[in-house]
Amino acid sequence: MTSAPLLRVDDLAVSLRLADGRLLPILSDISFTIGRGETLGIVGESGSGKTILSLAVIGLLPESAAVSGSILFDGKPLTGLDDKSLCRIRGSRIGLIFQEPTAALNPAMTIADQIAEGIVLHRGTGWRDARRQAIELLDRMRIDQAVRRADDYPHELSGGQRQRVGIAIALALEPELLIADEPTTALDATVQQEVLGILTEFVREKGVALMLVSHNLGVVAHMASRMLVLYAGTRMEAGETADVLGDPHNPYTRGLLAALPGRTGRGRRMASIPGTVPSLAHLPPGCRFAGRCADEIPQCSQDEPAWRAFGAARGVRCLRALTTESV
Amino acid sequence: MIILMIRRLVGLLLTLLAVSALIFLVMALLPGDPAAIMLGTSASADTLAALRQQLGLDQPLLLRYLQWLGGVLQGDLGRSHTYGVPVAGLITERLAVTLPLAAMAILLSVLIAVPLGVTAAAKRNGLVDLAATLFAQAGIAVPAFWMGLLLILLFSMQLGWTPAGGFPGWHAGFFAALHALLLPALALALPQASVLTRVTRTAVLDVLDEDFLRAARAKGLSRRAALWRHAVPNAMVPVVTMLGLQFTFLVAGAVLIENVFNLPGLGRLAYQALSQRDIIVMQDVVLFFAALVIVVNFSVDLSYLWLDPRLRSGKAFS
Amino acid sequence: MSGAGPATRGTTGFRLRRHGPLATGLTLILLLAGVALVSLVWTPFPPSKMQIMQKLKPPFEVGLLGTDQYGRDVLSMLMAGAWNSLSIALFAVALGAGIGVVIGLAVAAWRGVLETVTMRGCDVIFAVPPILSAMMLGAFIGPGRWTAIFAIATFMVPVFTRITVGAARQIWTRDFILAARAAGKGPLLISWQHVLPNIVGPIIVQVTIQLGLAILTEAGLSFLGLGLPPPAPSWGRMLAESQTFLRAAPWLAVLPGLAVALSVLGFNLIGDGLRDRLDPRQRGRA
Repeated sequence: MTSAPLLRVDDLAVSLRLADGRLLPILSDISFTIGRGETLGIVGESGSGKTILSLAVIGLLPESAAVSGSILFDGKPLTGLDDKSLCRIRGSRIGLIFQEPTAALNPAMTIADQIAEGIVLHRGTGWRDARRQAIELLDRMRIDQAVRRADDYPHELSGGQRQRVGIAIALALEPELLIADEPTTALDATVQQEVLGILTEFVREKGVALMLVSHNLGVVAHMASRMLVLYAGTRMEAGETADVLGDPHNPYTRGLLAALPGRTGRGRRMASIPGTVPSLAHLPPGCRFAGRCADEIPQCSQDEPAWRAFGAARGVRCLRALTTESV
Repeated sequence: MIILMIRRLVGLLLTLLAVSALIFLVMALLPGDPAAIMLGTSASADTLAALRQQLGLDQPLLLRYLQWLGGVLQGDLGRSHTYGVPVAGLITERLAVTLPLAAMAILLSVLIAVPLGVTAAAKRNGLVDLAATLFAQAGIAVPAFWMGLLLILLFSMQLGWTPAGGFPGWHAGFFAALHALLLPALALALPQASVLTRVTRTAVLDVLDEDFLRAARAKGLSRRAALWRHAVPNAMVPVVTMLGLQFTFLVAGAVLIENVFNLPGLGRLAYQALSQRDIIVMQDVVLFFAALVIVVNFSVDLSYLWLDPRLRSGKAFS
Repeated sequence: MSGAGPATRGTTGFRLRRHGPLATGLTLILLLAGVALVSLVWTPFPPSKMQIMQKLKPPFEVGLLGTDQYGRDVLSMLMAGAWNSLSIALFAVALGAGIGVVIGLAVAAWRGVLETVTMRGCDVIFAVPPILSAMMLGAFIGPGRWTAIFAIATFMVPVFTRITVGAARQIWTRDFILAARAAGKGPLLISWQHVLPNIVGPIIVQVTIQLGLAILTEAGLSFLGLGLPPPAPSWGRMLAESQTFLRAAPWLAVLPGLAVALSVLGFNLIGDGLRDRLDPRQRGRA
């Protein structure tokens, strides 16, 4: 990663304007980079702001959203770009895979047409040609009898097949960056592996950078070289995946690790973290994880701890981290 | 799927049969002797008896119904008392006005309502939305025949752009005939359009939150392209449903509008038959209109298959 | 539409949308009812008094709203017409709703063949527009108040039947019905004591909307000469007669239509407003 990263997010904060005019902060103090061909895993429970982060990067936030900070894609700012310029980037240079393949496909359009649509739009190819490419893509996605299935409507496919169509749509133009927002959560466990396999294969082959958003630490550990842990709208810990998982500094990361099934680590507890993610409208005054944290001390509820970078490209947000003998 | 369609078709035929029986019964059982009504009070007993025999009124009720129904099935709708010609021919002739009028009205109402409703939904709470809401409220409240009078006042009396009424016939040239139908079609279309605008707006609003629209935008489609290519097609089922439901009111409106504009259509025929007590013609025209309404609603059901591919597998067809 | 949820703003326009319709509708209908009632005891002139010397005078010249081709006072005719219009609409809707709700309750209670037959029957009646059934009735019993009322009511029966069946069916699945059944209550008693009180909301909404539709239909019927026979003033016939004098006396065509439109608008606004209050889930829907 000597050259400039493909995606560079700095001090990103997103708020949504509510019906009564107040601003509800969703994301704050988010910074990270993704190099070309690199996979960054973003981990967080539901309610951590993962989806809003994905939408912010591709420029599809609701109109009521207020954004500050900067998002640089290939060295050029995406924030503040008009919709027309963003449309040229979306789909062709940045692809997006949705969590719910069923909801993300147009029920009244054949799958080949939905894949071909982006090709026609960005490359100016004719529909016939684009459909042929779509069938090829379906075939690469290991959909049996792609030629025959091409004219199927989404409802005629299984969940796993639908998500493969979703991946085909996102990858149709071989974008430089692919955002996958919980790409396998909606799928059966057996299908998950297969879909992830196809995704990995494609990303490696084409050298696509992947921003993999998931609540599943296992998936991230398996696929990402670097990772970022989100909690209640802000980052808690980041670094090389192996470093973070091997030596987590934030109690939240440790909690996630402990909750990982099949892991026989310290204490051997498989328990999940007690409590739930606080509502973004009622964040605690201090650390956002205070109240659920096993290592909490009184100072934790006073001020929100700052992000601290350390070591080789690592960072953490915790008062008690990096003190002499961390807990 | 095919079985379902056949069942629907059978239902449709049964409904039609029931409608014909209802119309016949209403006409037959209402107090008053049709022959006496047709001839007026001054008729002599002899002519009355002759007409009664000609109409078959001396025969039993069921037989008369079956005769009428049998005739209808063979395309023989009986003979008009006032015109002295077969009713079938009369209806065909008048249909050449009413059918284009209704088609134009539906077309106009869709052309007005869909863009307006879609824009209102896309720019919710904007100016277009406000205008669409006001139009929807006002349009439903305005009777089509009054709209016709107002349009005549404006376009014929004030501006002199269109004829105030009458129909030159299709032999006078396609555009002359179309020109004569434009104002009445518009009068019929505006109240229809107001209802449709409202339905379109709601339907599109329902679709706007769908993930597949975000997915379309993620492909790089502009707002407008995503709206028209992905949102609108998925919002058409309720719009077409309303179009079918409104067809009854369109027919009622056409009866009135043809009288406002002096158009020689089916509605005017029904009205003339009423004032001339031509009961056979009344009976046939009402049956024809009812059949039209039923067939249109059946076509609406069929169109769902085309609009929503999910229904083609036949899982959810109600 | 940026792909996600629509923006909502707390503007005055938004508040107006929330509370304005019901208030406007109520004002319009109270005005209509007031005028209709007053016309029974007082109008500026007797509504059918002809003064040929004063014929076709524009508004403000003679009377407040001018005169028609016989020199009759338009305002007085409109006032008396309001009573005729409103009373026919009220009768027709009361009749249609009464029969429709009873049938609907019975269908929801017994289902089975009764349901199939009733629903087919609804299709049959729906297929015949009220204008045409009025024509059929009118051909025999002649035009008049009851022809109009029966024709309109006939069309409304299936409307109320369907609404009632839909709403009542949901109530029948609820636990308190089960409890009532366990207590040994029969379907008649349950329909009356438990189902009906719980579906009054949607029925009232439908009643207001159908009142508007009834006024609209009545105007159409009397426009065709199928309503009240002359000399009783009626908005629809005033419009029919105005056609001859469109150029000379456009106000004759404008004013009665305005009266119809405002009355229908009033009922529709009340219906929408009530629907918003009674069933928040349906808010903003057609």
